[in-house]
Amino acid sequence: MADKPDIEQLIGDTVGEIHVDAPKMSTRNCNVFYGDKQAIFDVNLDFGKHSVVALIGPSGCGKSTYLRCLNRMNDTIPICRVMGKLSLDDEDIYAREMDPVLLRARVGMVFQKPNPFPKSIYDNVAYGPRLHGLAQTRADLDEIVVTSLQKAGLFEEVKDRLTSPGTGLSGGQQQRLCIARTIAVSPEVILMDEPASALDPIATAIIEELIDELRENFTIAIVTHSMQQAARVSQRTAYFHLGRLVEVGETNDIFTNPRHELTENYITGRFG
Amino acid sequence: MSENNLGDHISHRFDEELEAVRNQVLKMGGLVERQVASGISALIEHDHTLARVVARSDVKINALEVSIDEQCTQIIARRQPTASDLRLIISVIKTITDLERIGDEAEKLGEYALRVENEGIRARHYEQLQHLGDHVLKMLRDSLNCFAKMDVEMALLTIASDKRIDDEFESVSRNLITHMMEDPREIASVLHVTWCARALERIGDHAKNICEYVVYLVKGKDVRHISLEQVAEEVDIELDIDIEDGDK
Repeated sequence: MADKPDIEQLIGDTVGEIHVDAPKMSTRNCNVFYGDKQAIFDVNLDFGKHSVVALIGPSGCGKSTYLRCLNRMNDTIPICRVMGKLSLDDEDIYAREMDPVLLRARVGMVFQKPNPFPKSIYDNVAYGPRLHGLAQTRADLDEIVVTSLQKAGLFEEVKDRLTSPGTGLSGGQQQRLCIARTIAVSPEVILMDEPASALDPIATAIIEELIDELRENFTIAIVTHSMQQAARVSQRTAYFHLGRLVEVGETNDIFTNPRHELTENYITGRFG
Repeated sequence: MSENNLGDHISHRFDEELEAVRNQVLKMGGLVERQVASGISALIEHDHTLARVVARSDVKINALEVSIDEQCTQIIARRQPTASDLRLIISVIKTITDLERIGDEAEKLGEYALRVENEGIRARHYEQLQHLGDHVLKMLRDSLNCFAKMDVEMALLTIASDKRIDDEFESVSRNLITHMMEDPREIASVLHVTWCARALERIGDHAKNICEYVVYLVKGKDVRHISLEQVAEEVDIELDIDIEDGDK
């Protein structure tokens, strides 16, 4: 790329501490290409246990692409190539012997638009456990469904209509149903791609509260366009720009005293 | 970094709001500075008319404080400022509190100047405050300039100059005590001068606080309650002054 040196100069190396102690997931020299076009450039980042990392940045900065690398969602795009070392508990997630279906059970994902299956609430949550054979008996399955709905903060609202279609719920409830579906297979990591951007402020607040509770049991990475949301829910924040990880740091520091000018410009709403 | 830059927000209205708040603070600073200058003149030149004005003129300053506070509250509620914008708002809220207190101290100077007239207190000792007053006024001006220009280096130099004011205050106090010991009939008069010296010294402390907020605003470092040496190290600036006695 002709303009590459300028961009490199403008952005430079990642500012801030990319390492955490005993990371749950980490990426080293992560590069992603769509055909000839490079979308992610040498991203090095650790994700700590029981911690929420927020990935922020302008549209097209690569934050969603990067997030999707973490459970090999990009495998479904034929022209997409992922390079570098991406690991879960020191296991290379792009290794030949890694089964992407099993990986996605360990690293779950919640999408921007709630996407419940056209099935009952019960079957939506039971889908994963059935697929992976996690329940031996009907009672086991019932328990998984109830616990998952409880953890997702939805059980009280739907306990009397578990056989109704999941698509009949409100947007916020559907999103919590999708979270319940994700946690039903006991993942270790949950990736969230704009989980609240289609929701009203109340439903958003409920999801954010839920994220904070889920943190006790899971490692969470969340892509969000809402800076306030990143500030509210995360412990660490990573700022992406033009496919590079510009800065990463404690959320407390990033929102009061960012070190990179590009981060400052973005979070204060200035022209970059 | 664009840390000295209030503008360039995608929202021009936000630029204007921040600029308006900053201008209000500068205006308040100007009023306070004039109030302190008048208070000192009233004391030293025995100008009772001026004293009367100073003793009653902090209404405008108080009104500005309330108005700026309100504007900051609005900006926090409506804009959710972050990073340097957030630090600006926090610094403004703190700065105007110190400015208001400086106004109160200046008002005291006016009241003491009036007492000279009303209670027949002898005025001659007030000349001793000239030097201290000059220093304090300069320090206040410098601190307001630091805020206006967001100049960290100047802020550090101004913080350092507070030590000189403290020394000056000590020296004036010793002199005044000597007067009291030499002539106990003078004690009542001299005590008033001591209190005025104290008010001036307090103004220096408030000016120092304002400089600390400037450092926080520009560098994002909280430098209160640490030695000047540590401050310089924190913000990575080499000071061209002797700071060995710059403790706080």
